[in-house]
Amino acid sequence: MAKSKIWGAVAQFENPAELVHGVEAIRGAGYTNIEAYSPFPIHGMEKVLGLSGSKVPWITLFGGLCGFSLGTWLQWWTGAVDYPVVIGGKPLFAIESSVPIMFELTVLLSAFGTLAGMMILNGLPRPHHPLDGYAPFRRVTDDKFFISIESDDPKFDALAAQAALEQAGGTNVALVEA
Amino acid sequence: MAAQSKNAASVFPPPLVAGNHTFTSVTETVCGVVEKKPNVNWLLALMLSASIMAVLGGSVAYLFWEGTGIWGLNNPVGWGWAIVNFVFWVGIGHAGTLISAILFLFRQKWRTAINRFAEAMTIFAVICALVFPGIHVGRVWAAYWMLPLPNQMGMWPNFRSPLLWDVFAVSTYFTVSLIFWYVGLIPDLATLRDRAKGKIGYWAYGLFAVGWRGAASHWNNYERAYLLFAGLATPLVLSVHTIVSFDFAVSIIPGWHTTIFPPYFVAGAIFSGFAMVCTLAVPCRKLFGLEDFMTVRHIENMNKVILLTGTLVGYAYSTEFFIAWYSGSVYEGFAFVNRAFGPFAWAYWIMISCNVITPQFFWSKKIRTSMAWTFVMSIFVNIGMWFERFVIVATLHRDYTPSAWGYYTPTIFDISTFIGSFGLFFFLFILFLKFLPAIAIAEIKAVMPQADPHWEGYHKHEESTHG
Repeated sequence: MAKSKIWGAVAQFENPAELVHGVEAIRGAGYTNIEAYSPFPIHGMEKVLGLSGSKVPWITLFGGLCGFSLGTWLQWWTGAVDYPVVIGGKPLFAIESSVPIMFELTVLLSAFGTLAGMMILNGLPRPHHPLDGYAPFRRVTDDKFFISIESDDPKFDALAAQAALEQAGGTNVALVEA
Repeated sequence: MAAQSKNAASVFPPPLVAGNHTFTSVTETVCGVVEKKPNVNWLLALMLSASIMAVLGGSVAYLFWEGTGIWGLNNPVGWGWAIVNFVFWVGIGHAGTLISAILFLFRQKWRTAINRFAEAMTIFAVICALVFPGIHVGRVWAAYWMLPLPNQMGMWPNFRSPLLWDVFAVSTYFTVSLIFWYVGLIPDLATLRDRAKGKIGYWAYGLFAVGWRGAASHWNNYERAYLLFAGLATPLVLSVHTIVSFDFAVSIIPGWHTTIFPPYFVAGAIFSGFAMVCTLAVPCRKLFGLEDFMTVRHIENMNKVILLTGTLVGYAYSTEFFIAWYSGSVYEGFAFVNRAFGPFAWAYWIMISCNVITPQFFWSKKIRTSMAWTFVMSIFVNIGMWFERFVIVATLHRDYTPSAWGYYTPTIFDISTFIGSFGLFFFLFILFLKFLPAIAIAEIKAVMPQADPHWEGYHKHEESTHG
């Protein structure tokens, strides 16, 4: 294999407190393209990492609006336009009797939007990731915590980044190939 | 001394995770159930449920061959066990959504131990429920007419009918519950993927784990999505049984045409669903060694919900009676007197004793913290709630004109289809227990004290290293 590209540097931490302090230290050192990994969500981590609020709700709202419009249009068009049949003397289209299906389709498409939003914003499904080659990372879904600094960080330097991770309290420090 | 410690216990609730667990031991305990070779008892249980499921398959096959005439339906009672079973199974499903969504919004952290389990129960119960409207249409090859699919006749379903609202409500409910359950499973599937020893496990769990790796930015979107699912599922679950009750309440039949039906159906659904969670949880926590996660406190909390909703259901029964008299409608009044003292009085009083009297035992702390009592009581509630739906449907046997009155008796095929549906339910549930983590691993870790970066254990450690 020719010269392989470096994806970034990574280090292991033992518990949530170490992880939070590690992220603070590395952000303090001026790195911006960093990521923390944990087996469960850590309360307050988004503030420490400086993450902005999730955009998933906007996609949910979009899904919900589509569902509501679809539910309204479907009942009006099929019942009052395409094939009007008077049943039991009821009006061909009425808001009241249409509410249940408007509601159900709003919820259904909101849920689709939420699932799609979460997946797309997270870049999932992703069958392979550079960190898969880093052996200690298999325990990220068990009881270990990790911090990575990616190589496209403007301040990234292979040696300095590893030193920063070590100084922040990380163990098993390594460079990961892309 | 003893009195003091008893006091302390009543002021501070016991911890959510009992025993001395670390993050790894949680992973080990929950994944251990999945990773161990299946034992003989599990295989026997699977085979038994598969044989009962075969009874369902046989009954349905004969139904398709011969038609709905094999059931006990007759002229005044045009709706029989099929709709009773449908409402029974949908109702059971509601507890799972209540635990996963409503208790999540109320920040009831104790739900984490039982939500995965209860959501699985929801999905399998709704599958059982969907069997009945699917097969009871008579001409099964035309069952797709329930959906708004373009067809050669150029016709559409009747959107003004509550039965069609029901199709949308229950299928939306099933889809959203499945998505919610799956999203909750993603981090735990990743755990199983990372622990997998064989190639099949690695690929199978890896495929469904979609490359989850616990990144903080992912958790950020994930947690927001989870909250949104909870927010969507909460009104959804309340709407589903409301719409199911419209199947009855919108028709102009004495005993059905009442505005109390939606709230009363929802309360009954939660009541029966929690009973089913207890029926399943009490033996499972023992068999799979999950007592540290599904603690006595969890069972007790569920019994409190059963007590509350059971009392609500009892209140609804008395309100129905009162309104039937107060309305001054002779037909309405007759329908209720006939329920309690007519030919189906036996069913009515089974319902009252199981649903109104049984939950009242849970006022006693001793009974609601006893596993044996909980199990027996939950069975009674399950029976009572099936009879509640039967009592409602059987109201049809005497409507306006005495010349049209009749009686309803189920045939052997009604019974075999119903019993067979339990086979389907348990078959799916037993498979779930073996192949998926029955407890939400990531969520349990997040409610342990060590999950908080400011936990005092870390603080002490830090002081000693710095000092």
